[in-house]
Amino acid sequence: MDETALWLQQRLDRRLLLTGGLAAAGGTVALAGGARGQASHTGHGSVTASAAARQPEHGDAHGAMITVGEVDNARNGFDPVQMLAEWETGTVSSLPDGRTLRTFEIAAEDKEIEIAPGIMFPAWTYNGRVPGPTLRATEGERLRIVFENNGSHPHSMHFHGIHTARMDGVPGAGLVDPGEEYVYEFDARPFGCHLYHCHALPLKRHIQKGMYGAFIVDPDPARHPEYEAIARSRLLGSPENAGWQEFVMVMNAFDTNFDNENEVYAVNTVAHAYAKKPIRVAKDKPIRIYLVNVVEFDPINSFHLHGNFFNYYNQGTTLTPTLSTVDLITQCQAERGILEFHFKEHEAGLYMFHAHQSEFTELGWMGMFDVVEAVS
Amino acid sequence: MNEPQAAEELEARAVPAPSFGRLNLVWILAPLAILAAAIWWLFSADLLAGFNNGAPPVENLTVERTILDESGMHLLVRAGGSQPMRIAQVQVDSAYWQFEQEPAGPIGRGDAAWIHLPYPWVLGEAHRVTFVTNTGAIFDHEVPVAVATPAVTSTNLLSQAALGAFVGVLPIVVGLMFYPALRDAGPLVMDFLLAMTIGLLGFLIVDTAEDAFEFAGEAAAIFQGPALVVLAAATSFLLLTAVSRRRGSPTGLALATYIALGIGLHNLGEGLAIGAAFAAGAAGLGSFLVLGFTLHNITEGIGIAAPILKSRPPLRIFAALALLAGGPAVVGMWLGSLAYAPQWSALALAIGAGAILQVIIEVGAFLVRRRGARTSTLWSPSILAGLGCGVGFMYATAMLVKI
Repeated sequence: MDETALWLQQRLDRRLLLTGGLAAAGGTVALAGGARGQASHTGHGSVTASAAARQPEHGDAHGAMITVGEVDNARNGFDPVQMLAEWETGTVSSLPDGRTLRTFEIAAEDKEIEIAPGIMFPAWTYNGRVPGPTLRATEGERLRIVFENNGSHPHSMHFHGIHTARMDGVPGAGLVDPGEEYVYEFDARPFGCHLYHCHALPLKRHIQKGMYGAFIVDPDPARHPEYEAIARSRLLGSPENAGWQEFVMVMNAFDTNFDNENEVYAVNTVAHAYAKKPIRVAKDKPIRIYLVNVVEFDPINSFHLHGNFFNYYNQGTTLTPTLSTVDLITQCQAERGILEFHFKEHEAGLYMFHAHQSEFTELGWMGMFDVVEAVS
Repeated sequence: MNEPQAAEELEARAVPAPSFGRLNLVWILAPLAILAAAIWWLFSADLLAGFNNGAPPVENLTVERTILDESGMHLLVRAGGSQPMRIAQVQVDSAYWQFEQEPAGPIGRGDAAWIHLPYPWVLGEAHRVTFVTNTGAIFDHEVPVAVATPAVTSTNLLSQAALGAFVGVLPIVVGLMFYPALRDAGPLVMDFLLAMTIGLLGFLIVDTAEDAFEFAGEAAAIFQGPALVVLAAATSFLLLTAVSRRRGSPTGLALATYIALGIGLHNLGEGLAIGAAFAAGAAGLGSFLVLGFTLHNITEGIGIAAPILKSRPPLRIFAALALLAGGPAVVGMWLGSLAYAPQWSALALAIGAGAILQVIIEVGAFLVRRRGARTSTLWSPSILAGLGCGVGFMYATAMLVKI
């Protein structure tokens, strides 16, 4: 963080530097520079040239494109930095036939959360957080999700996975009224990077109010002898998996004034969270990102990595990449996938990532990897 | 004279004087005590708790001044919410931008605060500032054409004064210079000129009121713009009428002075409009437009000259009249270009509208008196032609300046 602060001091008006680690300024300097480039033209409309020549150099204003202040993580009850690698694995028991039964307990509740410094949003949540807990299981396990609705509206959990109609979490099949409970049960398949969300109607409102989360099914190495090593590296708890730096990123957005347009964009809810606190990664360990897009109202979202390229596994249902060596992927709503890359040959430093819809970037969906020699 | 005095004495004897004062005091305090008790009850018993349905507070935010300079954008915002408001974030062109609020913290109802944005705005282009409050409500403010706000420098003030004089003082002087030519006017021409004055004033009152209401609409709700305009206009009308009628209806030089004052207040509004257009960059003020304003105002000088055609005032009186009628355009230019809050502009224009109404009535009364108080002759051809010419000329020349 010291390098970050130093780096920023050279660029930012100190008077405006409210907190340390405003790494987002990197993007700003580029933006401000671009705007200044245009400022030189004169004689707009009927403003006379002499009048224009007298104008002060307004392009000299150097602000940062960033939200001002800090979000109170304690009040929210969740921390975007911890969320990155927080896996909800439930409780494990054995079924009579010897298979593993994994049980998750999820409760829906209404909760006001701070989505950007000072901006409160009346959210509907799973377990009091947005996105909901990242559920993680292994291919072939039996899953039991005990869902209790403590919210003020009917809610459900609709999983993207293979299951029967009765377990679909739609009106008529697992929609839960306030105060009621429902148990969803199905096998964990196919392996991949999936999601769950509320499928109560109206769907748009229930999704954008915060009812979604990542649902990751790790491949069972025994079922994939030809790619056993790769499957092992994905299996949480294996020694091979411990050699990776894994993060979950749910790209979301919030329509704070309910006009069907988003005011705040982010990954894992809090605007600019990883711009202000860059994600520390070690050079020598590969990085795997479980990326899910749930943004409502906008047709697509995207992920762009600076200074590097990655392999992409669309929906994570394959063990070989569906896209190789790209630095940008797009996702429509509910589309998701796995990104794999490393910084082994890179210099240490700050590497930005953001949506390459500049609008989303400037409204909060932007972050940084702080690449270091070793994570202490 | 003696009889009313006797009656007063009788009344004074009928009512015992000492107890009267004490009783009065009781009757003043009793209703106030009940009001205070009711307010105390409202808050202590939380009477409105039953109405609390969990809805977020009502919020309102009005931008009163926009200043663009080399350090970025500076906006003066006034809060009008049901509770103190918090500005959580600020977007410029849909990008969250660093900002400083001065003073910091929640903005109380009716209070104002400066928002300083170190934003590299682009000359001649549009920008949109969006305030996001803690409840997620948003308030947009458009900067239609970004130009640097004129700073208060002697050069700026001087060039604005020159322009103000061109649209305000010059046409009045030109109009007054018809004085010698009009001096030998017969009664019909005099009727025509006075009626023309009424016609042009009629146009001005519509124009002024329209501008006043427009500014009033931009002001924060707490100022109740339309009521402010109507009340200010009525007050200025009544005050000026009371003052001018202290020694009977004004005639001659006094009437000319009141006409000059009414026109001056209108020109203050015109100056405000031109200055504000400069400040907002909304209108590139071409020389054609300036010429339009000048032509538009020439009849005003003739109108001022009309009541004094039969007297022979010294030259300095003419200079004073020209300054009174045209000078405010310069002041308006200064105030307008410094982007003062819309409620002050609305107030100034409303006072102007009231003043113009007063002058219309006085010129009308003067015209009637000249005619031997026979209103029926007001419908003579020369008067109707004068009215028509006054309104028509103003309307036609206004076409040059309306964008």
